[in-house]
Amino acid sequence: MSEIKPPVFADAAEFFAEALAIELEASERYELLADQMEVHNNRAIAAIFRKMSAIEAEHHKEIARLAAAAKLDGLRAKFSWTGADGPEATDLSEAHYLMTPRQALGLARHNEERAAAYFEAIAAEATDPTVRAFAATMASDERRHVVWVDQWIAKYEADDPNWDEDPDPAVITE
Amino acid sequence: MNDLSPAAVAFKPADYRSAVKPVWCPGCGDHSVLLATQRALAELQLPPEQVAVVSGIGCSSRLPAYLNTYGFHGVHGRALPVATGLKTARPDLTVLVASGDGDGFSIGGNHFLHACRRNVDLTYIVMDNRIYGMTKGQPSPTTEPDFDTAISPGGTGLSPFHPLVVALASGANFIARAFTGDVGGCTKMIVEAIKTPGFSFVHILSPCVTFRDDQQKAWKKLARGAMVEETDDPERAARRLMTDDGFNVGVLYRGKREPYRPRLTGGDPVEALEAEFAQ
Repeated sequence: MSEIKPPVFADAAEFFAEALAIELEASERYELLADQMEVHNNRAIAAIFRKMSAIEAEHHKEIARLAAAAKLDGLRAKFSWTGADGPEATDLSEAHYLMTPRQALGLARHNEERAAAYFEAIAAEATDPTVRAFAATMASDERRHVVWVDQWIAKYEADDPNWDEDPDPAVITE
Repeated sequence: MNDLSPAAVAFKPADYRSAVKPVWCPGCGDHSVLLATQRALAELQLPPEQVAVVSGIGCSSRLPAYLNTYGFHGVHGRALPVATGLKTARPDLTVLVASGDGDGFSIGGNHFLHACRRNVDLTYIVMDNRIYGMTKGQPSPTTEPDFDTAISPGGTGLSPFHPLVVALASGANFIARAFTGDVGGCTKMIVEAIKTPGFSFVHILSPCVTFRDDQQKAWKKLARGAMVEETDDPERAARRLMTDDGFNVGVLYRGKREPYRPRLTGGDPVEALEAEFAQ
């Protein structure tokens, strides 16, 4: 994966545009993963990814509300589509059709951790006080999400060591 | 990354996705190629109705079904002739071609040579997993000689095909490689390929998680940005390929050949086309 380096934001509008993009990308990525799991009939994991998508979409709405309250109607992003994945987007290569809830939530936790670190780095380096304050709020949100995902993970027992055993694997050639 | 300002961006990556859900295995690199293609089209702000994606047969060739552009899921190995016909008849369209190492280098190998030579303005994306996935794991032209499969015990013992060498020798105007572990990198290569006139070849390392479960982790370690600048000199590009281990990603070569364009197109009067055929 490409290295994620927090950009320097000229003002709060740029920062909010980036934050909104990150949350939207995270939500859409979970949707893609949920679709993949549904196609492969792993419905439990599809439900987890669908829920994560809804949570990220809600976070996106919250940020949009904050941006609206700050009257930042000229949102503009610093990045292009050719840039690296956002810090909260799941690595598509980490999915497996038989993956367990703990594994799926482990990916979610990793994303929340990365997002928290990303916003903390922005808060630490921003020169604009508004950007610094909003980035700190975002970082705190993401840290709360880490704790919340940890609680969710704790509801599941440890994975069966043979979790990826498939009685009818695709690799058998006729 | 995405710009959410509606005023600034008319098309977002999600606008290029169809309602058909991909059946690729979760973890398959082809998911990343789909996402990268969407992002590339959004980066270039190409209206979906101005884009056509043509494919052959195989896992990778399912790509057109998942995009909200025009698409043609063709015959095994024959995506390039179909795309060549489409682009020459409708030069106004942006035409992408999706293929895999089996479809593109074996069944369609001959078409690959001549598409490079003809230099029609196409972007040819080949998802290489070094195996036939859809037909359950037979060795392909890029499979390593010692890769053990049920139908080739101990490996085929055959030297693998080197797609970039063939593309350069055959006259492709743009040659690049990407790895699906880096969606942004894949996006960038597809954007550059579309922007460069003529035949553009993007070789994408796209691991198969089912029949080549050795690839995903290993390729994440091996794939790295090429340490050299792109060149427009075929001799320099050829020298670089002599030491290429197959995991250098980035633009290798961007030539200056004029793309082939027919004198007449589908937009010309029928009488003019008939007159040309009558000559």
